[in-house]
Amino acid sequence: MPEKLVVGYDGSAAAKRALDFAVAVAKAQNASIVIAHVLEWSPYSFLTPEELEERHVRRRRELERAEAHVITPVREKLADSGIEIETVMRYGHSAEVLLSIAKDNGATQIVVGRDGQGRLAARMFGSTAANLIQVAPLPCTIVP
Amino acid sequence: MLTRVLGALAALALLATPALAQEGGGGLDETINQIFADYTSWYVAIIFADLPGTNFSWIALWLVVAALIFTLYFGFIQFKGFVHSIKLVKGDYSDPNDAGEVSHFQALATALSGTVGLGNIAGVAVAVGIGGPGATFWMIIAGLFGMATKFTECTLGVKYRNEYPDGTVSGGPMYYMVKGFKDRGLPGGRVFAVIFCIFTILGALGGGNMFQANQAHAQLSGVLGGYPGWITGVVLAVITFAVIAGGLKSIARVTEKVVPFMGIFYVLVSIVILLRNYDEILWAFGQIFEGAFTGLGVAGGFTGALIQGFRRAAFSNEAGIGSAAIAHSAVRTKTPVTEGYVALLEPFIDTVVICTMTALVIVITGVLQQDPETGLYVWNAEAGRIMTEGGVQGVELTSAAYAQAFSWFPPLLAISVVLFAFSTMLSWSYYGMKAVTYLFGEGKVQELTFKTIFCLFIIIGSAASLGPVIDFSDAMLFSMAVVNVIALYLLMPIVRGELDIYVKRLRAGEIKKYQ
Repeated sequence: MPEKLVVGYDGSAAAKRALDFAVAVAKAQNASIVIAHVLEWSPYSFLTPEELEERHVRRRRELERAEAHVITPVREKLADSGIEIETVMRYGHSAEVLLSIAKDNGATQIVVGRDGQGRLAARMFGSTAANLIQVAPLPCTIVP
Repeated sequence: MLTRVLGALAALALLATPALAQEGGGGLDETINQIFADYTSWYVAIIFADLPGTNFSWIALWLVVAALIFTLYFGFIQFKGFVHSIKLVKGDYSDPNDAGEVSHFQALATALSGTVGLGNIAGVAVAVGIGGPGATFWMIIAGLFGMATKFTECTLGVKYRNEYPDGTVSGGPMYYMVKGFKDRGLPGGRVFAVIFCIFTILGALGGGNMFQANQAHAQLSGVLGGYPGWITGVVLAVITFAVIAGGLKSIARVTEKVVPFMGIFYVLVSIVILLRNYDEILWAFGQIFEGAFTGLGVAGGFTGALIQGFRRAAFSNEAGIGSAAIAHSAVRTKTPVTEGYVALLEPFIDTVVICTMTALVIVITGVLQQDPETGLYVWNAEAGRIMTEGGVQGVELTSAAYAQAFSWFPPLLAISVVLFAFSTMLSWSYYGMKAVTYLFGEGKVQELTFKTIFCLFIIIGSAASLGPVIDFSDAMLFSMAVVNVIALYLLMPIVRGELDIYVKRLRAGEIKKYQ
């Protein structure tokens, strides 16, 4: 079975480093890459009535914006790399969604970046990288 | 028509404001009261009229009977479907690919923060103060039946909502009245919708606004010491205006996030108080059961307790009024019935859980005076309620009960009441807005006019005890229920059809479970 890498990508510097790493791996192993962009979202948050009403429209706009600013640039950048690229955008909890994308695509590895800031929030709630390490049933590479 | 109707309301608001600033209800204040009462009291009298020979208002019976009919018609859906409702809220049946859309949980939470509020804290105290512990029993019964009403109206709300090309949605009784009546070949849907919207606008200004502002001020001045109500009014009005017209969404968001935690905190504190008095819990339930059938000394005995309980449940969880159908209609679902299932949890949480907590704490802390020899409650015939220490009633009775256990609780309760009132006001400004745009079309002018009037009414509400105005607006709230429940009776076969198909598919395993 050919190797398939899922890369968590949000356009940040850390995510770019993760993608560069994944591209290098993919070239060496003749693997394909699934670029996964997760829009952080909890179905258990509290919204105002106006937000409920506009949610469907906002979701569409958020997806369009992500497509234009995150996904399209990276597609263009990798167009000539010779690597087979797929892209996915999904809402949810980053680590959970990356795992489910990996499962759905039969991926062999997940690659994510780490911003290394050690922010308070990350310490309290755990970063995506930390969450993945704890629960992922497949190899994960954390790119510093 | 718009300018005339809204203009008249604005004139009333402007007229009243300076007079109220003087406090004390002299001159102009009194005059407005009088004029308003002269023109509206007949209507209030009709809506709150008691059934002949009783002191039970027909409107409360109207809501309870409706709840009973829906319960029977849908085969006790609130009990049979309860577990399924919880699974839906948990997201067990939500397609992960739809994540990012409004979830069942979010629709429920938003609708709840519009209904959980003063009724749960102040209203229950009124009911138990007059009807004794037994009122709690009837309140729970009415709450349980009310779940079927919510199921019906919210299913229809989602089924007949309008979806616009830009992707926004509008729903609520006015939409199911028009489209649902058409589906069933019934005339008059549009007339129903217009009447419903007029009542909604007036109800939003009254019960959803002035009453809330008034009670918020009562709480604040109770804690901070007496000060003029217009100060609370102006502060609340400015904040509300900033939120609803100024686009200061962050305050609304903060409120939406804080209110649920306030609710949870309130329930937790109640549970702690009950646990501290664990040896009396059985006794308290005994009081509730005994009181339910004997009255334990309250005026009217058994019926006195029943009336108060039914009334409070009907007025607290808004089942049948139609407001919840507006809030729930934004959810993204392929099967409207699922939202009905979710909505039926609302009266359960509001009435069966939160109201009951308040009632149990009031009973268990012994703030209601009881004759140690007969075990009957001491009836204060002059005030028309059970004797309490210091003669407190309403929200102050709740406050006193909780203070028995935790002396630090009253200030926190005051904050909760203000926040609950504020979130209820925000929700009702939205419901009112929906009715305005339904009647007059979408547009900046209409919207701003309504929002301005809404905020002016906050000042009136907190500044004065404009009894007739508040009575009138409460009457409007329940007028919504008259129109809405008739529509629900006419449309219930449609809901039945939806439910039957859904249950069949669920049994056949055609509804995909994702978790």
